[in-house]
Amino acid sequence: MTSHAHSVVQPSPLSQRIAGVIVVLYAVITMVPLAWIFLTGFKSGPDSIAYPPKVLFTPSAEGYCNLFTTRSRQSPEYIAQLPPTSGICDAFARTSNMVVVGASNFVPRFVNSLIIAFGSTALSVVLGVTAAYAFSRFKVPAKDDLLFFILSTRMMPPIAVAIPIYLMYRDVGLSDTRLGMILLYTAVNVSLAVWLLKGFIDEIPREYEEAALVDGYTRLQAFLKVVLPQATTGIVATAIFCLIFAWNEYAFAVLLTSGEAQTAPPFIPIIIGEGGQDWPAVAAGSTLFLLPILVFTVLLRKHLLRGITFGALRK
Amino acid sequence: MMNALDPHAVLDKAVEATPAPLARRIRGLSDRAIAWLFIAPTIALLLAINIFPLLWTIRLSFTNFRANRPNATVAGVGIDNYVSVLTDPDVWAAMQATAHFLFWTILLQTMLGFTLAYLIDRRFRGHGFWTTVILIPMMLSPAVVGNFWAFLYQPQIGLFNYVVSFFSGIPPSSFEMIGSVKLAPWSIIIVDTWMWTPYVMLICLAGLRSIPNYIYEAAEVDRASRWRQFWSITLPMALPFIMLAVLFRGIENFKMFDMVNLLTSGGPGSTTELASITLKREAFEKWRTGYSSAFAIVLFVTVFGLANIYVKALNRVKNR
Repeated sequence: MTSHAHSVVQPSPLSQRIAGVIVVLYAVITMVPLAWIFLTGFKSGPDSIAYPPKVLFTPSAEGYCNLFTTRSRQSPEYIAQLPPTSGICDAFARTSNMVVVGASNFVPRFVNSLIIAFGSTALSVVLGVTAAYAFSRFKVPAKDDLLFFILSTRMMPPIAVAIPIYLMYRDVGLSDTRLGMILLYTAVNVSLAVWLLKGFIDEIPREYEEAALVDGYTRLQAFLKVVLPQATTGIVATAIFCLIFAWNEYAFAVLLTSGEAQTAPPFIPIIIGEGGQDWPAVAAGSTLFLLPILVFTVLLRKHLLRGITFGALRK
Repeated sequence: MMNALDPHAVLDKAVEATPAPLARRIRGLSDRAIAWLFIAPTIALLLAINIFPLLWTIRLSFTNFRANRPNATVAGVGIDNYVSVLTDPDVWAAMQATAHFLFWTILLQTMLGFTLAYLIDRRFRGHGFWTTVILIPMMLSPAVVGNFWAFLYQPQIGLFNYVVSFFSGIPPSSFEMIGSVKLAPWSIIIVDTWMWTPYVMLICLAGLRSIPNYIYEAAEVDRASRWRQFWSITLPMALPFIMLAVLFRGIENFKMFDMVNLLTSGGPGSTTELASITLKREAFEKWRTGYSSAFAIVLFVTVFGLANIYVKALNRVKNR
């Protein structure tokens, strides 16, 4: 961009400064709830529900301890005759007449989330990029209808199809399995993947592949060695969107899974302490659950802007 | 290029000398086979996990089937389910709650999102970093967010009430965001706007960046004021993008379930009971599978129809 002091497209320093102040103010305000989640994870139970809300407090590992363990109430006499505490969480529990009896379900749920989210993202991208390539390069009968059909599958409320999917999965033995959830999330994401990736592949000049074909590559080799490397940005952008959806999905997870394959989103809200929700533990779980997606987003933020218009308004 | 040692040239010659059907086999799969091979898995998956259940839902909607009584005899009831859906006052209440939610979330998110995009497009120092910060809420799990906002909205101990009372002087326990009939619809609008304004902002930003600089330069030559430039260049050219954002948010919020389910679960009473929440109640609490299937189809047809009309309007604006 060629810009000098009086360039018409370069905003004046004053307007830039005002814009900057407003945007930063907005960003800071929207971060307050998140900062609160993060802080609450390090509060003790009484601190988390103190009035007025406590900004300064003594950090406590109670939330994280309660997140990872299950405890049972015991009589003081029983606790008194126990051997010395084996860890920080055990010590915490004993101060309120509790004993750690085992690990909570958080880690298995988190692992399920990882496997299902990354599995379905990989599958969506593979299916999406191949279908998008075919739609972009070949004469497919009723192409526009097929594309609209693919997009329209996204308009269905998840609850609307949950019962038939539940009945169907029960018949084929996929209910409450990771594979079942991977296939389900892939089916939801693949429409987005096809549309996004078709936009990106349309932009890659056909001449590259044609040159490769002349050079003796097969069509499949040309696709793998010429088109795929060119479509990297699109593939990354698509992967981010698929991953965010699969990682965060709640409706299907809560309706179709109960144990084996349950992911973290239905689990975190039901962490109950004594007398209601255990907010420090909920906050700790939320923080840990938000972290991977946050890291992923910050690392790959440059691809987001291109992906988000869905390829629909590409010129 | 015709170097005899070039393996590709040799290969080409070999291919020329081979009969056509054999050559195709050597050169790999035909284009048609590849097109088929590349599209079929996607279509098969969508047919199995999207279309087949949808057809099943349609079939169930004409029966009195109940998913919690799989052994009871199922009888066809014709269009009875559809009649009772369309005459059910609860359904109309849910539709009204959904319309209220849709209207305000889209209005607020579009205004805020476009303003933010416009300001970020001033390209002040550090705009890249702050854009990333603003995006964070939309990356989060709506269920986890809804659950946590229920904590922020607690009347006595919640941060939200405390901050409001700090700035306005109203005692923090004098109002309940999710407990009162008047405020509950706004509690879900606030959370949705907090979460999804960044999404609208991103799409608007893509729109603003797609406007070529020379148009502004030409306007400057013609001595058009900044105000005039905004109304006759910036806004019209970004309009297709704004409309696209409205479409995506509209479809998503019409289906809204997870965040609201965890924040208010439709309450108090049924003031925040959006269509999907009513659907879940009918399907998974009352187990009226036939009835809920009919309701699901009514919802799907509504979104599908509205989206179709809207896309036509969008295409007209785009091609203007």
